[in-house]
Amino acid sequence: MSAEPAVTPNVVAEHGLTEDEYARILEIVGREPNITELGIFSAMWNEHCSYKSSRVWLKTLPTRAPWVICGPGENAGAVDIGDGQAAVFKMESHNHPSFIEPRQGAATGVGGIMRDVFTMGARPIATMNALRFGAPGHPRTRHLVAGVVGGVGSYGNCVGVPTVGGETTFHGSYDGNNLVNAMCVGLAPADRIFYAAAGVVGAPVVYVGSSTGRDGIHGASMASAGFDEDAGEKRPTVQVGDPFTEKLLLEACLELMATDSIIGIQDMGAAGLTCSSVEMADKGHAGIDLDLDATPRREEGMTAYELMLSESQERMLMAIRPEAEERARAIFEKWELDFAVVGRITDTGRLVVRKDGRVRADLPVKPLSDRAPVYERPWVETPPRAALAPGDAPAPVSTQDALATLMGSPDLCSRRWIWEQYDHLVMGRTAQRPGGDAAVVETPGVEGKGIAITTDCTPRYCEADPAMGGRQAVAEAFRNLTAVGARPLAATDCLNFGNPERPDIMGTFVGAIGGLGEACRALDMPIVSGNVSFYNETDGRAVQPTPTIGAIGLIDDLDFMARIGFGGEGQAIVVIGDTAGHLGASLYLREIAGREDGAPPPVDLGAERRNGDAVRGLIRRGDVAACHDVSDGGLLVALAEMALASGIGFSVDRPAGAPPAHAFWFGEDQARYVVAVDGDGAGVVRGARNAGVAATVLGAAGGDSLTVDGASPISLKTVRDRHESWLPAYMAGPGRATAEDRRWR
Amino acid sequence: MKAAIVLFPGTNREIDMKDALERAGAATEMVWHGDAEAPPCDLIVLPGGFSHGDYLRCGAMAAHSPVMRDVVARARAGAPVLGVCNGFQMLIETGLLPGALLRNAGLNFVCRDVHLRLENRRLPLTGALAEGDVIRVPVAHGDGNYFADDETLRRLEGEGRIVFRYVAGPDETEERANPNGSAAGVAGVVNDAGNVLGMMPHPEDATGPRQQSRDAAPLFDGLVEALS
Repeated sequence: MSAEPAVTPNVVAEHGLTEDEYARILEIVGREPNITELGIFSAMWNEHCSYKSSRVWLKTLPTRAPWVICGPGENAGAVDIGDGQAAVFKMESHNHPSFIEPRQGAATGVGGIMRDVFTMGARPIATMNALRFGAPGHPRTRHLVAGVVGGVGSYGNCVGVPTVGGETTFHGSYDGNNLVNAMCVGLAPADRIFYAAAGVVGAPVVYVGSSTGRDGIHGASMASAGFDEDAGEKRPTVQVGDPFTEKLLLEACLELMATDSIIGIQDMGAAGLTCSSVEMADKGHAGIDLDLDATPRREEGMTAYELMLSESQERMLMAIRPEAEERARAIFEKWELDFAVVGRITDTGRLVVRKDGRVRADLPVKPLSDRAPVYERPWVETPPRAALAPGDAPAPVSTQDALATLMGSPDLCSRRWIWEQYDHLVMGRTAQRPGGDAAVVETPGVEGKGIAITTDCTPRYCEADPAMGGRQAVAEAFRNLTAVGARPLAATDCLNFGNPERPDIMGTFVGAIGGLGEACRALDMPIVSGNVSFYNETDGRAVQPTPTIGAIGLIDDLDFMARIGFGGEGQAIVVIGDTAGHLGASLYLREIAGREDGAPPPVDLGAERRNGDAVRGLIRRGDVAACHDVSDGGLLVALAEMALASGIGFSVDRPAGAPPAHAFWFGEDQARYVVAVDGDGAGVVRGARNAGVAATVLGAAGGDSLTVDGASPISLKTVRDRHESWLPAYMAGPGRATAEDRRWR
Repeated sequence: MKAAIVLFPGTNREIDMKDALERAGAATEMVWHGDAEAPPCDLIVLPGGFSHGDYLRCGAMAAHSPVMRDVVARARAGAPVLGVCNGFQMLIETGLLPGALLRNAGLNFVCRDVHLRLENRRLPLTGALAEGDVIRVPVAHGDGNYFADDETLRRLEGEGRIVFRYVAGPDETEERANPNGSAAGVAGVVNDAGNVLGMMPHPEDATGPRQQSRDAAPLFDGLVEALS
């Protein structure tokens, strides 16, 4: 065996550690670390694992509520949903791997987030994903869409967890860094949630799942740096997913969890064995001894360094009760999974790693996490943009033509091509499928109770005004949950930004966190889990700030769940909320006028709360036949979506005194919903106004065409064709494998 | 009526099937693939999923599981067997049903509602559905493109063994009716004795109050009644 590489300043730098950080390591260890120890520090202290640039700001987010069982810091968050059940959920990014190898990158992103959820003892019941791609015209975009969608589907479909929805948008800022944010929701008995902490001295530490190979070494470090033109060379740091093994691991873990055997459990995600073992010992205020010769391996000659840093997928580390070892082994052997005792919990407070009879690392556990660097990075506030008056945006020649253009545009067209590749029905409890405001899954074990799930962010608002964009992401999640009749409970955040060492980027992060926090507090939606992904930039060009929110809500009686499709001919169409005609940073401005300027629509959190509570009340009383949140594209786009979902057209008129037609119909003012009601709508309008909520009858549903302000109607078929055709036509286009991709093979 | 649902490593629609059968009044029991035989029962079900990850040809490894010797023997002796999706693939791999299931013509996995017409004679396994009935049920598969040579197709047609066929629903184009390119629109076939039915679509996911179609409820209701 060759000698271990020496730890030189060059090697330290290659591990992404600064001189100051290395000095701190010397102080902690009290001597020069060897290469394995250096690797362990670099894994624990990189941005991805240590949150060193974001930690001080994340602390400002609200994380508590009476119904929160477990907030940030564990594998996932958990909230009480009654009947002895807890919903366990989290969203996580897998951006860098998904750009380099879209199919495996996205697949392992889904696998990782599922493991986070079932590590807590919860059976996954649904997943979602928020995807951001570069401009449709960019040579790599089509290939990335095909790969990411295929990867998400291949993993979720095989494991048998329904992928019930999400969002997909396109923008040139993502040309060099697409974003893949995957969310998973699981269900656990509220009194049987599993944590990482393993404080029972002498307890066997067990490794289960797949064997370890060299894949993914330094994956977390890759996610802690920007890309340059040689990003393709990082392909070997992308892991390969095996959803079949994940399914076996899921069943085996849940089977073992039903017995009283596990003290602490942690999945091997980023930084693999290093992170999981340190986490377990640290949270248990203990030490841990690892014998690497006992770890199952799939490659010959792996060093201690490689074994500690591998990110091979579908692996778990558990500390179990000593007397449970044989029971646990039998369960994992039944599921044909590796099961190996690889160490013990100790009282030394140290992580001791042995291989080939020699100590390869001997480090104090606490400082590995406690003394990880925390940076208050310099930041500058994002300069405010001027608000855009309705007159500042050109009016279209025809409102109907503008609507047809928008409905067939990349960000508003049907996502059917995507979600039909996802098994969104397996488990048999999907009560609301993709295509509505939020997906709804009936809870196993309690008939008629539903969990609503949504993911939301409008990056163009966040770019224009990070604080307002942060608020809006939470507000839209609140609205989407409300629009199906759910009471919003809690959220998970997946914060995707560029290089935090740039003060302008850090400024967008600080702004967005501020907005998220305000909205979460105002709307009673604590953040219970999440993840930060920095360095989403290539050659100095960063992605739009993208603080994605995943949120869940509760529907206590699914008989009162609302959908977006009109309920029948002749129903009155009522808009709830005020329409001022804000076109700044709107899709209308971008798609029709070719401009991306202006301040985003202001988010009045009081109005969001008031209007949302009023709409939820209407749904719960059975007063509305359909409900849809108004967001991207504005009021007319929302109406067209309601028409498409039901196959029923409408005729609507702009009320007297309203803003100009293009601003009224396409403005993206917040805190609005459209509801359809039987009769003339007067009762709903009266009730809303009594509650201090604006409500206006716009017209009625009916027929097979859309009539706006008495102009010549546009047929529903025309709108449907435009809406359904863009994505399939785009994906059938040339160049799934571009010259650039071939260079990367 | 008691149904045995066989679990393979990678099976993932067993709960959907259990729910559908129990809604119709059946008792169910899960059977592990490694068992030597299935318990005494009135119906054996091979549910959907990705047995053994479908890393080899879909259903090929499951067809050689220990329990399958018993399943095949009992099927040959006339015991009712229903295979759905991955279960249909297994029935073909065991040779109990003719033909092959290829990669979908569109190459992608497809999950959506389709319309099925009950084509032929009534069987216990198609329950209370009547010939010519059209039901809306979902599909969810990547390899459901039914293939058989012309002679086999003619024979299946002549013997009334093409049980379900994809047809266009209201407002649906012919092109979209067939989700996977199956020859002659075949969605499900039965063996010559009429006791082994395989189908790609998931009737079990069109039976519950929260599912968006309950069209397949009569299939399960009638099946449970017929086998009781």
